[in-house]
Amino acid sequence: MVLFAFTMLLCATMLAYFVNRRAALSIRAGGVQLHSLESFHGLFAALSVLVPVLVGILLWLALEGTAVDGFMLRSLPEGTFEGLDSGASQLIVAEIKSIAGGRVFGTPEPWKIEAAERLVRYHRIADWLLVALVATSATILLWFARRSVAEQFRARQSAERIVLGLMIFCATAAIFVTIGIVFALTFETIKFFQIVPITEFLFGTSWEPQIPIREDQVAAEGAFGAVPVFLGTIVISTVALFVAIPVGLMTAIYLNEFAPHRVRKTVKPILEILAGVPTVVYGFFAVLTVAPAIRQFAATIGVDVAPNTALAAGGVMGIMLIPFISSFADDALSAVPRSLRDGALALGATRGEMMLNVLFPAAIPGIVGGVLLAVSRAIGETMIVVMAAGLIAKMTINPLDSVTAVTVQIVTLLIGDTSFDNPKTLSAFALGMMLFLITLIINIFALRIVRKYREIYD
Amino acid sequence: MNDMRKIERDVKMADTKITARNVNVFYGETHAIKNVDVDIAENTVTAFIGPSGCGKSTFLRCINRMNDTIDICRVTGDIQLDGSDINAASVDPVQLRAKVGMVFQKPNPFPKSIYDNVAYGPRIHGLARTKSDMDEIVERALRRGALWEEVKDRLDQPGTGLSGGQQQRLCIARAVATEPEVLLMDEPCSALDPIATAQIEELIDELRQEYSVVIVTHSMQQAARVSQKTAFFHLGNLVEFNDTSNIFSNPSDPRTESYITGRIG
Repeated sequence: MVLFAFTMLLCATMLAYFVNRRAALSIRAGGVQLHSLESFHGLFAALSVLVPVLVGILLWLALEGTAVDGFMLRSLPEGTFEGLDSGASQLIVAEIKSIAGGRVFGTPEPWKIEAAERLVRYHRIADWLLVALVATSATILLWFARRSVAEQFRARQSAERIVLGLMIFCATAAIFVTIGIVFALTFETIKFFQIVPITEFLFGTSWEPQIPIREDQVAAEGAFGAVPVFLGTIVISTVALFVAIPVGLMTAIYLNEFAPHRVRKTVKPILEILAGVPTVVYGFFAVLTVAPAIRQFAATIGVDVAPNTALAAGGVMGIMLIPFISSFADDALSAVPRSLRDGALALGATRGEMMLNVLFPAAIPGIVGGVLLAVSRAIGETMIVVMAAGLIAKMTINPLDSVTAVTVQIVTLLIGDTSFDNPKTLSAFALGMMLFLITLIINIFALRIVRKYREIYD
Repeated sequence: MNDMRKIERDVKMADTKITARNVNVFYGETHAIKNVDVDIAENTVTAFIGPSGCGKSTFLRCINRMNDTIDICRVTGDIQLDGSDINAASVDPVQLRAKVGMVFQKPNPFPKSIYDNVAYGPRIHGLARTKSDMDEIVERALRRGALWEEVKDRLDQPGTGLSGGQQQRLCIARAVATEPEVLLMDEPCSALDPIATAQIEELIDELRQEYSVVIVTHSMQQAARVSQKTAFFHLGNLVEFNDTSNIFSNPSDPRTESYITGRIG
């Protein structure tokens, strides 16, 4: 039914386009000068049918479920939910819905089957209503659009205004989603801080979230000091950046200035492929190749290291970030005007001197922006550290030790049986919130640096 | 014997600084410069004129081997500076460019302070041993570039903050700071207003006292005003090369005549 509604809308849109276009053409054929081209009349009609009806359909679909559920609940025998807590009543609703969906387990009570039948009926009514609504509104809008065709009607401006509105909507959609994420995180985080004091979370040095879920379980008391977890992320990210920044910058400088054309043409696409490798593959590489190699090497020189070191995870993450940094730096170097290169060379600078003294400083804002974006990627990177880093939070900055990372903790805290009202689960949201804030701050810094120093040449 | 040589020199007015013979330049398949022979004299301003795309800038860039920086560019023929081949394997283009300075069409100060712009050349060539040496070099170069009085109180400000004409004079000061023997100028005034142009032209005339200046220009009036010798290029050929006064009053080649009277170009 919904599909039928969409098809109808599509047909109405096309109809609107052609009807108005023809109407405009026939006015023109009568020898009258139109303000707008006939295709704009058509476009305006199509958009003025499509956009409002589409918004209507989407709103309807968003609200239909809640409304239908409400009607169904009201029809239940009185006193059904008396004496039940929220979990148990949700369970009943879920059961009714699954019966309505055709998945019947056991022999449900007859009133539940009745409710399910009512639910199906309500949904069918709602679908028909939707179709009727689409048909009426599309017809009305078509009629209005057709009436608008006139020699002085500014169809071009009107159509452009609608398109402008669509563009504004798309541009702000991402921002609203971000705000939504922040809100979702904030509520859970506040709940967490009602159980665990914020000072303990921010300054505590012990992270043991394995608290008992049921009363009869034997487990640790639980401690929620996030410092060792963040320390782990910092150690791993630092290792990653120590690998990625020098190698990435050297790559960019070589490719940009020194590489023969043929090498550049081959290496650049390879680097771009490297950027497209899924991080889970890097994770394999870290676990199966790099970590054992580090361990073996350490053993030969008589050092005992953990099997999942920060060095392995960070090193592989660094490799992941190389193409990121090198392509940013390459773009920044290429953006420096040719005239500056010529100026330095004409003064007798070698290519190295030119790169070091002229191109590099001029490209610094772009490069720093790229590096800071790489930093926030390193902090937020999940898959490699989940596979290659440890699970135990340790207060250490030794890269040869096993450390954990914020993202790893979030993943492990939310995997498996979880209920959303104990501090173990809620702490994941607090960690996520912190991570979000940190990357946000770094990104703001990156943008400010890029803005402040941009276009210093020219 | 000695006296006779002296007399001969006076007659020639000035020694030859650069001798180019049979110079050909190819950009990939394009033959951009065809068998050009030119003698550029010391303490003289030599102007290269000709319609756009005739190869005058390309030829200018042969003199300090800037064409080396373009992958597909190939230069053949013989160019001698003070009697030694600049394209010889033993010549380091980096050292050559210290002797042959260049000023470009568009002012291209580095995104550094005025002081550092001028000090850049001397610094990479190790011309100053102490800070006060460097200060002296910078001041001398800026005075020669006729910019000292305008910027002496703000040497630490970025060179990119100056006006267009000032930027171009800064670039000239930057080029003369390495004590070159030849100064190449590739349409140095094309991005400037008439007042700044007049200042640069005056400066070029002063620079002639110490350097050979080669200037590429689109403006025939400019060539007539600043140069002693003029070369007319057309489609990669050197059509005519003579004293500026001769070229403009009595051109021997019909193509030169049509160009300076505005019929081609």
